[in-house]
Amino acid sequence: MDNSQQVKVKRRRSSMQTKETIAGFIFVTPMLLGVSCMVLLPILAAFYISFTEWNMISGIKGIKWIGIDNFERLVEDKKFIRALKNNFLFLFTVPAYMIISLFLAIIINRYVYAKSWFKVIYFLPYISSVVAVATVWRVLFHPSVGPVNQFLMTLGIDDPPKWIADPQYALISVMMISVWISIGFNMIVYLAGLQSIPKDLYEAAEIDGAGGWYRLTRITIPLLSPTTFFLLITGIIYTFKVFDLIAVLTQGGPAGSTNVMVWSIYESAFVSLEVGYASSMALVLFGCILLITIIQWIGQKKWVNY
Amino acid sequence: MRKKEVALKGIITVLMAVVGILFLLPFAWMLSASFKLEGEVFTYPIQWIPSEWIGFRNYEEVWFGKHPFYKYYWNSIKVSVATTILSCTVSALAAYGFSKINFKASKWLFFIVLATFMVPQQAILVPQFILYRMIGLFDSHPGLILLNGFSVLGTFMLRQFFMGLPNDYIESAKIDGAGHFRIFAKIALPLITPAVATYAILRFIWTWNDYQNPFIFLRTDALYPIQLAMQKFTSINGEFYSLIMAAAVSAIVPLLILFVIGQKRVLEGIALGGIKG
Repeated sequence: MDNSQQVKVKRRRSSMQTKETIAGFIFVTPMLLGVSCMVLLPILAAFYISFTEWNMISGIKGIKWIGIDNFERLVEDKKFIRALKNNFLFLFTVPAYMIISLFLAIIINRYVYAKSWFKVIYFLPYISSVVAVATVWRVLFHPSVGPVNQFLMTLGIDDPPKWIADPQYALISVMMISVWISIGFNMIVYLAGLQSIPKDLYEAAEIDGAGGWYRLTRITIPLLSPTTFFLLITGIIYTFKVFDLIAVLTQGGPAGSTNVMVWSIYESAFVSLEVGYASSMALVLFGCILLITIIQWIGQKKWVNY
Repeated sequence: MRKKEVALKGIITVLMAVVGILFLLPFAWMLSASFKLEGEVFTYPIQWIPSEWIGFRNYEEVWFGKHPFYKYYWNSIKVSVATTILSCTVSALAAYGFSKINFKASKWLFFIVLATFMVPQQAILVPQFILYRMIGLFDSHPGLILLNGFSVLGTFMLRQFFMGLPNDYIESAKIDGAGHFRIFAKIALPLITPAVATYAILRFIWTWNDYQNPFIFLRTDALYPIQLAMQKFTSINGEFYSLIMAAAVSAIVPLLILFVIGQKRVLEGIALGGIKG
């Protein structure tokens, strides 16, 4: 090959590469533009706004830089701390529905006929809209005429709890409904995990005379650890984002007993119009989720093992 | 299988069926109440089958009464279909670009897109709201559609499938002189149609059920999708539980139908990536 030919090949190659690059950019541009305007720009704005005082009505000119005042206020805000605490209490729903889902998944996977029917049954609450489901539960939990309390009264409990109308029981009621909704999703993922466990492992264990308990604790649960870890992380993230259920069922009440972070953000931003303050709360939420994601990155390698 | 095992499996199936029925009792109660006269909704012991058959009277009131549901249904259909189409298109394009086109910036651009996945929408509601106010997308269907139209999840999911396609297909098409657009439309996309369909169904369900975004970004009653309408309906008809239950059934039924049709795809999709809106 002489020199001029080499140059030609090189040039053709680089022009092809330019073409690839242009095509590449054209394909990914809509997505990039979308996430830039809808996510990147807003999160940067959220950082800035959280250091200001602003009520939105006064326009851009009304923004006042106040440094870390918002965060100082947050630390002492009893209402917000209550919301944060409620978010952490809400975390208990995650292990609750994971254990129930695992139990159901194991039974449905091996010990029943008409598997697909059971899948549909437990998946129904997840597929139904939160608004409709929450509305139904609100009626079922009605303190005086609701079916739940009528049933409890026929059992001889004269003074049943007022459920979502009672500050003591409201959070636990919402949590129970959340468990009921989440079982289906977790069960489906667990079922998929179970089906990926090689059958010969069980057969080998059986030949060795291993009992059911041994198979469960030494084969099933360890081999499901990636699934469990995944469900745990998505579950935790989901509880931090909970909003719909609270908005429809209790609106944070009664007496702040079901207030959660996202509801606080909503109230301070759109009801009391303290946009700066709301943004500082939003950053706390963002921080929580970032932390969990980092734990996920590290943990995936460390804790998921057979 | 031994006889004993068959019997055991039968017994467990029956037990599980009983548990399943208990699990679905709220749905049963909702359905039954929606066919009752208001005065009979709370009679106890619960009458699962209404003593007096009033037909679809409650549903007529919900659908064609003072706050006709068919309008809100139409809004929901419009928004959900448009969001699904937009999201599938944008995600499929980006997924192809990130997996089958070799260009330098690809890696870090993909990293940027993935990084945005960590930002919960709840944390950026306020800036999004302000942005929408400024550019006039607030209180409009296009605004609502754009909010859910750019899904990192969809991009990530479809990218996995594109990566599963052998590169030979694309190389040989290139040698035949086809550009990336033709390869995308004629070869790559048709090969992953099942994955796109799965994602489309999931996106539709999530958009249909979305309450938070319409709640914050819509004000005009005429634009309300079904979830907001349902909430409004409840606050107006506070004491008319039979009507509220008819409305709840109406809000769930379309998804139920979609789920039954696409059951296999939905369950597979959920199990596959273990995804969650």
